[in-house]
Amino acid sequence: MSADLKSLRGSAAVAGVATFGCGEAPGFSDMELLARSAHAAVADAGLKMSDIDGLCTASGGATMWAMPVAEYLGIRPSYVDSTMIGGSSFIAHLLPAMQALRSGQCKAVLVCYGSAQRTASFGRREIVASRRFLDPQPYETPYEPMLPSSAYALAASRHMHEFGTTRRQLAEVAVAARAWAGLNPEAFMREPLSIEEVLNARMVSDPLSVRDCCLVTDGGGAYILVSAERAKDLPQKPVFVLGNATSVWHRQISSMHDLTTTSASESGHKAFAMAGLSAKDMDMAQLYDAFTINTLLFLEDLGFCKKGEAGAFVENGAIAPGGCLAVNTNGGGLSCVHPGMYGIFALIEAVRQLRGNAGDRQVANAQTALAQGNGGTLSSQSTAILGTAETL
Amino acid sequence: MSAPITTSGIQARHQTELDQGRFFIQHCNACQQHVYFPRELCPHCGVAHLDWVAPTGHGTVYAVTTVRRKPEAGGDYNVSLIDLDEGVRLMSRVDDLPPQAVRIGQRVTARVQLIDGHGLVVFDAKTGKIV
Repeated sequence: MSADLKSLRGSAAVAGVATFGCGEAPGFSDMELLARSAHAAVADAGLKMSDIDGLCTASGGATMWAMPVAEYLGIRPSYVDSTMIGGSSFIAHLLPAMQALRSGQCKAVLVCYGSAQRTASFGRREIVASRRFLDPQPYETPYEPMLPSSAYALAASRHMHEFGTTRRQLAEVAVAARAWAGLNPEAFMREPLSIEEVLNARMVSDPLSVRDCCLVTDGGGAYILVSAERAKDLPQKPVFVLGNATSVWHRQISSMHDLTTTSASESGHKAFAMAGLSAKDMDMAQLYDAFTINTLLFLEDLGFCKKGEAGAFVENGAIAPGGCLAVNTNGGGLSCVHPGMYGIFALIEAVRQLRGNAGDRQVANAQTALAQGNGGTLSSQSTAILGTAETL
Repeated sequence: MSAPITTSGIQARHQTELDQGRFFIQHCNACQQHVYFPRELCPHCGVAHLDWVAPTGHGTVYAVTTVRRKPEAGGDYNVSLIDLDEGVRLMSRVDDLPPQAVRIGQRVTARVQLIDGHGLVVFDAKTGKIV
């Protein structure tokens, strides 16, 4: 860990957050969902759109997405980051933005996303089909894996084989997420879910049933990052970025070295080193749960439990409301929202919790949070460690 | 052995051989490691020349899933990750077992399946031996 990186600890803060159109937003485009989220996040931060001089964004479809976003919002940013590494992108945008704020390249960064993939006529099915041509994987596509589900199913099969993890333990993750969602009025699926319902649900790609898989929803999300100094003069309680690190080890699941160890082990280690904290210091974990196996892998790779022990760790409601660790308190990608890329929503939920704005699902006296972004097929990982002023 | 292949990119050369029924992987003379999927440079040590070698074809199922599909669309099918004995991994399927019968640890042998002149590496179970 370089002294330079350590000096960035707590140098920037999230000053505003917003979501818009989570669930179903018929008649809205990706850009409209993004713009409404961006507008609301700017207002939440007590700023005007004309104050925004940094832009971070990414799209599942458009490769030059930062340009139409700048055009649509009417801004001319001096800092632009459109790094696209899947759903982790919006957490991976943090550290470069902190450096840009530190250098004076910009003063207020808007990180934003929107997707109408559930209700749009060119939705998830069409995006997956077009990717075969725009972004080919010639050594996997001929075998017709149902991506991304089959990739995560392969990882789950390996975890079960090596550690004796059971489908029932995977189901615990979905049931806990649903219990949190029941406390969150913004969540898309809120009715109670039982382990038996997960186990008996339609199988998608063994060992994963449809209830082991994330939602397909619409939704937009945005947050504003400013210097810690400036955040103190803005209306919201600042949430400081104590650490952030990103790792990319592969793209295709067939190129993943060990299917039971993700590069969250690297991103987590580096982010914790920057923050000077460890898993035991976290008051909650917002983990990108595209599939139930994700939560188990990240609990292990981030140090909340030992490798191979996450199945036992989550049993008996341990990560549900009232359990020993608050995980995915909004209901996660499994039960709250998953418009193609979920990472920004994990971070927004962490911020809402640390501000004390989480209503019925509020984690009492929360000072620290981890937000984990995942992209592709366990391909990219970005870890953010966040904290209140008391943690500086 | 070196494959009798000449110009064009690595991906096209590999497919040309498959279309002739021949399955090649790569070997790095500098670091002595095998490489798959085939590429223009060694992902282990970075050198830009890799030799083509014929693998033994023997491997072991590393991870497995059954992709669910409606019977009228062809029914369920297997997708596996296979570790070749040479130490490389690839996605493929075990072709001669019912999908639900494919297990991690199953020993398998590669075969080039030709359909309309297009070659694809699939695997058959080696009977009686699970390691």
